[in-house]
Amino acid sequence: MKKVYVNSVGSISAQKTFDNTQFLEEIIAHTETVLAVVNPNYKDYIPPAAARRMAKGIKMGVVASKLALEEAGLENVDAIITGTGMGCVRDSEKFVSAIINNDEQYLTPTSFIQSTHNTVGGQIALGIKCKGYNFTYVHSSNSFESSLLDAKLMLNCNEATNILIGGVDEIGEHTTKLHRLVNHVKTTPIGSSELLNSNTEGAIFSEGANFFVLANHKNESSYAEVVGVKMYNSLTSTVSDLAQQFLEENDLSVNDIDAVVLGNNGDITFDTYYNELSEGIFSATQQVYYKHLCGEFNTASSFGFWLASKVLKYQHLPKVAKLNEVNPNSFKTVLLYNQYRGENHSFTLLCKC
Amino acid sequence: MSKGVAITGMGIISAIGNNVSENYASLIEGKKGISKISKIDTIHKDAIMVGEIDFTNAALEKQLGLSADNNYSRTALLGVVAAKQAIENAGITDINKYKTGLISSTSVGGMDMTEQYYYEYFDDATHRKYIESHHAGDSTQKIAKQLGLEQSLVTTISTACSSAANAIMLGARLIKSGELDRVVVGGKDCLSKFTINGFKTLMILSDTYNTPFDENRKGLNLGEAAAFLVLESDKMVKAENKKVLAYVKGYGNANDAFHQTASSENGDGATLAMEQALKVAGLKPTDIDYINAHGTATGNNDLSEGRAIQRVFGSDVPDFSSTKAYTGHTLAAAGAIEAVYAVLALQNNVIYPNLNFKTQMKEFDITPQTTLKEKELQTVLSNSLGFGGNCSTVIFSKEQ
Repeated sequence: MKKVYVNSVGSISAQKTFDNTQFLEEIIAHTETVLAVVNPNYKDYIPPAAARRMAKGIKMGVVASKLALEEAGLENVDAIITGTGMGCVRDSEKFVSAIINNDEQYLTPTSFIQSTHNTVGGQIALGIKCKGYNFTYVHSSNSFESSLLDAKLMLNCNEATNILIGGVDEIGEHTTKLHRLVNHVKTTPIGSSELLNSNTEGAIFSEGANFFVLANHKNESSYAEVVGVKMYNSLTSTVSDLAQQFLEENDLSVNDIDAVVLGNNGDITFDTYYNELSEGIFSATQQVYYKHLCGEFNTASSFGFWLASKVLKYQHLPKVAKLNEVNPNSFKTVLLYNQYRGENHSFTLLCKC
Repeated sequence: MSKGVAITGMGIISAIGNNVSENYASLIEGKKGISKISKIDTIHKDAIMVGEIDFTNAALEKQLGLSADNNYSRTALLGVVAAKQAIENAGITDINKYKTGLISSTSVGGMDMTEQYYYEYFDDATHRKYIESHHAGDSTQKIAKQLGLEQSLVTTISTACSSAANAIMLGARLIKSGELDRVVVGGKDCLSKFTINGFKTLMILSDTYNTPFDENRKGLNLGEAAAFLVLESDKMVKAENKKVLAYVKGYGNANDAFHQTASSENGDGATLAMEQALKVAGLKPTDIDYINAHGTATGNNDLSEGRAIQRVFGSDVPDFSSTKAYTGHTLAAAGAIEAVYAVLALQNNVIYPNLNFKTQMKEFDITPQTTLKEKELQTVLSNSLGFGGNCSTVIFSKEQ
């Protein structure tokens, strides 16, 4: 079995992350309940006429993937695997409201076409003329992890050499309003540094795109080795038992973990899963959190993956992401754990390479 | 590592039947499931025809024993019906006994509820339970729950009309790599105003019965359906002494990288997908006995797919037909519906007629099989081609 490496990254998020030479040096302290991304100059990457027609999710996905391809020094890849919870949801909203408001008349196809979940993956392929394998996973908080698992399987078995993977989701105004009705979004704004102490239900919503070139060969730009990824639709054992079981399957124990990257989003009802780990088996481990920086969305864990990759490459953990102060001498092995509203849990294991 | 990927169970609900045997009977009798739409109030009701499933949501909820406060979209309801049949057919009683996964697919997801209550949600709290069932992964989570599958690998693929073929492909790879011992794979999509109007704006909906590979084809009929298959490793088949219905022998996915919705005229993506599937299967084109084509009856698809078939098979094109005239185009579910039909073809040594065909296409001289044909079959190749240039092929075989 071939080993799998993260060879490059490209990130567009609610922080200024599109510049790969920086690593969370300037922080935007958000105070809203829905966070917009810090946009790169899309025109630098996409011809203006094309950019105007593109949905936000497509633009973010295309540019994040270009950043990743550029850093990896590649013009093309063997496969493109995308994760997205809702696809280009603004176009879905546009099309549904047009159907209702105009009684199914005077409709145009653009928003219908862009609403198809695989439109981002399809557009990336179209842009670089990649005729290879092209999959899109749409499974809530495990959308990105599904892409990661698929790519890892393929690279392990040497069925591909370079694969572009990513997670992308955009904010939809109407969809967010609906989620407000059922208290999935926090009702009162809270400063990002206070997110985990909110004691309230719901999360801070956001959007973003995080893309990576995964490969089965290491090079100078490599960030980390992807050792394992596992997903669970539901839990029957405790999250601590499951974490230990996952580590054992990879011949590791809790003591081998230099940092644990947790997906806490400040929702008092569901942060209990993370708290069980941070107050229990990982209480003496350096704990890392990130959703106060990038907000919550179905593929927010791809930002966690970006963060962990950077930590392993640069051997530096930005202060803003620290949940406690253990400060290990080096970062060799990092465990990521994420879930959303008690479903679709995942563990990902990255190592220094 | 498992060399073979055995199919040990199947379940299906479509416009031509509520289970595997009803679907097979309709296929053999040439019985179409295409009619005027009755369950969705659309202004296009006189201008289109669809493949609709008879049961109302209420009837399906009752059948599944769901409580009144359930929040199942129609996509989820259809999916649960088909997946439960597949599990029963495979004789699985304790689903968590082995490493079992569920790979499902959908393009519509919970859109039927989204469009129904889009504005009403704000005024009427009773429907708000459906807000959580809008996203595509929700119907899969519900199937897992209904099957009793816990703490397992469960995910959803959405690559438009090739979705379910891709679910079968991922499932097969998970079995081969040893990641899973067995996996339930398939797809489900219900009819919705969203897709009806979407395809309407693309001007590819026929106002009458769809006619795949016919010179005068007018477009597709949308359909709703769900189908699931149980895939198991060699080890499982041996350990449980399982009856094998057929094998997943090869698979391939490629991208046309030509246009957002249209296929390239020469069918580059479909050609690559078929070639890749043959390579994985270790078969030559002459080893294929029957092609169950994607054949949606749109001008673009049938030309592009036909050309791709000619490119792969040359002058020796095997018998081929599209079953879309029976079921309509069931979008994300199509690859799973036609996988069930491929297995039934292998089991019964029959090739289904390409219904409604009258006039030979001008662009090439290949003609679909138009009558039911009995023939010893060893391998069936099934195509699924979708938006975003997504092209998939799965090859099914009688023997490993």
